Amino acid sequence: MITLEQVRRRAESDAKTYGYYLHPDPVFLNDLLEGLKRNEERYGYPFCPCRLATGKFELDRDIICPCDYRDPDVQEYGACYCALYVRKDLYEGKTPILPVPERRPMEKQIRAYGIASVEPSAEKPVEKIEVTPQESAAEIKLKLWYCKQCGYVVFREEPPYICPICKAKRELFAQIEIRVDAHG
Amino acid sequence: MDVVKVSGKNTTHKVLIYAISTCAWCKMAKDFLKDNHIEYEYVDVDLCNDEDKAKISQDILKKGGRLSYPAIIIDDKILINGFRKDKITEALEI
Repeated sequence: MITLEQVRRRAESDAKTYGYYLHPDPVFLNDLLEGLKRNEERYGYPFCPCRLATGKFELDRDIICPCDYRDPDVQEYGACYCALYVRKDLYEGKTPILPVPERRPMEKQIRAYGIASVEPSAEKPVEKIEVTPQESAAEIKLKLWYCKQCGYVVFREEPPYICPICKAKRELFAQIEIRVDAHG
Repeated sequence: MDVVKVSGKNTTHKVLIYAISTCAWCKMAKDFLKDNHIEYEYVDVDLCNDEDKAKISQDILKKGGRLSYPAIIIDDKILINGFRKDKITEALEI
């Protein structure tokens, strides 16, 4: 079983690698680390403590900490969605740490939560979303992507928002198409 | 669905929080209401069964919210996504 200290050390090491800081409030930070520990214990992987997971790895893959949205969120808002990772100015208290809007695409959430359809209310209409219940983890199409800047290769549904190696933006990723020709 | 009621002196508004049991922002929201003596109810969505999770998600979306937590519903209509202290304070007139 993973210990809280192991979870803390892993987060500290990751923050150091990427030039981030962990949330400066020790109580808030402890709550987040406890949440990650709890998630790892109950699901087998440490998904974001502030998001709702399904327990199905393929559907939760993008919200396993550090989530796919951390780097663009820290860049734009100074903190990731749960505020485990923050930028230096927020860590030093020069900029307040505020809730970060959810960047995870709605279709991924809808697919994960298995909602067939949503009827918008008359007062506050929302975009109608329909996902067939047949859509499941098994139908997620994984593809190979490579970073045109540094050559990093990733096998995911979509390319990362930011290359974890050279920090190139998503636009610099291209899909690797594999073609098999049979001769003879 | 396990709805937990937290008693408080201020019962002017009906407050329901859809929360995640491991979420530090949700804990902050619960503590804020408690510290301000607001009576509220909460549901830890991650501890619900799949059927209830889907119902809650639909309820949030129907009210024009996003599937992010805490989702705070005031008087069955105002939905605040995230621990937005300014919005909560304004809606609850505290």
